[in-house]
Amino acid sequence: MQKVVKQRMMALNGDEAVAWAVKQSDVDVVSAYPITPQTIIVERISDFVHEGEVDLEFIKVESEHSALSACVGAAAAGARAFTATAANGLQLMFEILYITASLRMPVVMAVVNRAPSGPINIHCDHNDSMGARDAGWIQIYCEDAQEAYDSTIQAFKISEDPEVLLPTMVTLDGFLISHTLQNVSLLPEEVVHEFLGTRKVQRIKVPEIFGDKEVPLMLNPKYPLTFGPLDLFDYYFEHKRQQIEAMERAYKVIERVHKEYAEISGRSYGNGFIEPYKTDDADVVVVGLGSTMGTAKAVVDELRGEGKKVGSIRIRVFRPFPRELLRKVLSEFDAVGVLDRGISFGHFGQVYSDLCAALYGAKDAPMMIDFVYGLGGRDMPQKLLKKIFEEVLEAKVKGPEPVFRIRGVR
Amino acid sequence: MAKGFVPNIKQLPKFMKEDPGILQGHRACAGCGCAIILRQIMMARRKPIVIANATGCMEVVTTIFPYTAWRTPWIHVAFENAAAVAAGIDAGRNKLQRAGRFSGDKDISVDYDVVALAGDGGTYDIGLQALSGALERWHNFMYVLYDNEAYMNTGIQRSGGTPFGAWTTTTPVGKKIKGKPLTKKPIVDIVVAHRIPYAATVSPAYWVDALKKFRKGFETEGPAFIHAYGVCPRGWRTDTKDTIKLSKLAVETCFFPLYEVINSEWYLTGPSLTIAKNPDRKKPVEEYLKLQGRFRHMMLPENKWMVEKFQELVDENWEIILKRAKNV
Repeated sequence: MQKVVKQRMMALNGDEAVAWAVKQSDVDVVSAYPITPQTIIVERISDFVHEGEVDLEFIKVESEHSALSACVGAAAAGARAFTATAANGLQLMFEILYITASLRMPVVMAVVNRAPSGPINIHCDHNDSMGARDAGWIQIYCEDAQEAYDSTIQAFKISEDPEVLLPTMVTLDGFLISHTLQNVSLLPEEVVHEFLGTRKVQRIKVPEIFGDKEVPLMLNPKYPLTFGPLDLFDYYFEHKRQQIEAMERAYKVIERVHKEYAEISGRSYGNGFIEPYKTDDADVVVVGLGSTMGTAKAVVDELRGEGKKVGSIRIRVFRPFPRELLRKVLSEFDAVGVLDRGISFGHFGQVYSDLCAALYGAKDAPMMIDFVYGLGGRDMPQKLLKKIFEEVLEAKVKGPEPVFRIRGVR
Repeated sequence: MAKGFVPNIKQLPKFMKEDPGILQGHRACAGCGCAIILRQIMMARRKPIVIANATGCMEVVTTIFPYTAWRTPWIHVAFENAAAVAAGIDAGRNKLQRAGRFSGDKDISVDYDVVALAGDGGTYDIGLQALSGALERWHNFMYVLYDNEAYMNTGIQRSGGTPFGAWTTTTPVGKKIKGKPLTKKPIVDIVVAHRIPYAATVSPAYWVDALKKFRKGFETEGPAFIHAYGVCPRGWRTDTKDTIKLSKLAVETCFFPLYEVINSEWYLTGPSLTIAKNPDRKKPVEEYLKLQGRFRHMMLPENKWMVEKFQELVDENWEIILKRAKNV
């Protein structure tokens, strides 16, 4: 086991923490377009480049669509590529999100969660990245700036693993994390370099053209390959099946990378997939994503002080969804409140519906209630969250109806 | 004004046999002018190339999994982003070269020219934003527009590159409106307005002129743009044997003049320069129009005004170019 390395503490907000991770991660190409609340990421990376503190190509593109397109081109050329966006920017990338995953390009993107238009709004909710949950990207939702830094570094290692080769989205709550100053521990640059190495290129066999030779999977004149051919009903499905299987293999890789990183940094987030807080003897728990789950810990402490057996579970990895794990863990409780900072109009919040699917048919499945909150950056104060916990406790006695509740709205 | 590289007709067949870049057996239609353009790009290479291809005819006809006609590294991502993908390849290549990243790996080379390849839809219309951005950012790449003057891949719908009067499935010849009522967007003007170092037009019929210009595009430091004229027998309703004839007539009628723009200075080339010096050699555009089914309605007596209007548009454009040309 490696020893935890000595680290430098800096006062950084979430965006700056991501920029630092990019600076240290031997990224070759950054291609990004500014959008609030992601802008500090592109500003800081620009500072690093213009001061000569990092050697990367920063393509200051004319749109998010081109931002991700250029990342795909760079990744296909054998480079490590990064981009960052939010809300409408992510939506403009939508077409290329699917293509990035389908081409198996290990691009890493920070998504600073912001409510999608309209009406236009710049504050946090999760409907932007939730809209992209089916695009074939790994999704990691962070609780604070430190985790955004740690997860960005981990993301490159996960995405580039030959067993995975899928893009990763690291999300952080707009303003709540992106613009909030925090003490962040930074690993020494050489430690990050050693952890990640430079971008490796996988080798594949193409027997029809190159026989037994294993050729680099990149745009390379020595062994020319064709990326992105027309692919119809006779092969498309097999390629989708490969994507499905790569996502399944990602579980192990995410777990391993999280563990390896914990060994050098001394920081871990539960088991990498979920982070339970005071759940051991809890009767009811609240489950959710992102910065709200930091508030939830304080509320759990407060309620514990009143003698109530409550706990919280933060889901960190949303894709691939840790369904087996959650099925097992949540079956321990009587009632579960699900916090959704997003909504699928005409249905439930996305976390709730995914959890229902994961728990369907489980022998001791708990009752589950969906609480939609915080759209457009509406605050989730401790008081409101405490009330939600109390509603879940009450449901334990009175039953879960109604299972769909909207809180913090007029 | 293309000086320097002169295609060697004795060495070209050998070069293309050893390193074709693109193979025969792809599924382009008989008489496709755009497929000829691809071969001519390959003939003009000074070193290996990497192609970022927009969605469109050339993407579809050269690849259908598990087959590929390409023997050059090639990527297709989407319709509107060939220039952006090429920009990413350019940036990646620059960094990898600078860092000497794969210098120890004999299986990998990062020394190549970057080409973005797109049709008229992917350039005039949906891809214009990405193109403009990549030109402004001064990427080191050559953008080749193969212009077959409509969305041929989806079944002949009008684009910003469709000429006046042309029949397409979205500009049908009706009782009220006959063909496309508007004219072609001046795409080279738009590109040249970015003050890029090199832009040119090519017609596959004049292959020496074309090869010189493609080579110049490769050699340009910064962005280069080539507007290539691509006959589409299927979409234009022309005889497949007339592709080269039409590729000549387009130039001889001054509908598609050949020129290059070097650092914002215009120079006519080949037959267009000859016509500029001998105006009586300029053929009436009707000779060009009458061979094409897409203009058939214009040949009817009651629509003669459309031919006249077409001729006016051609003359207007030709006059503008003559005024700009430094070598006339």
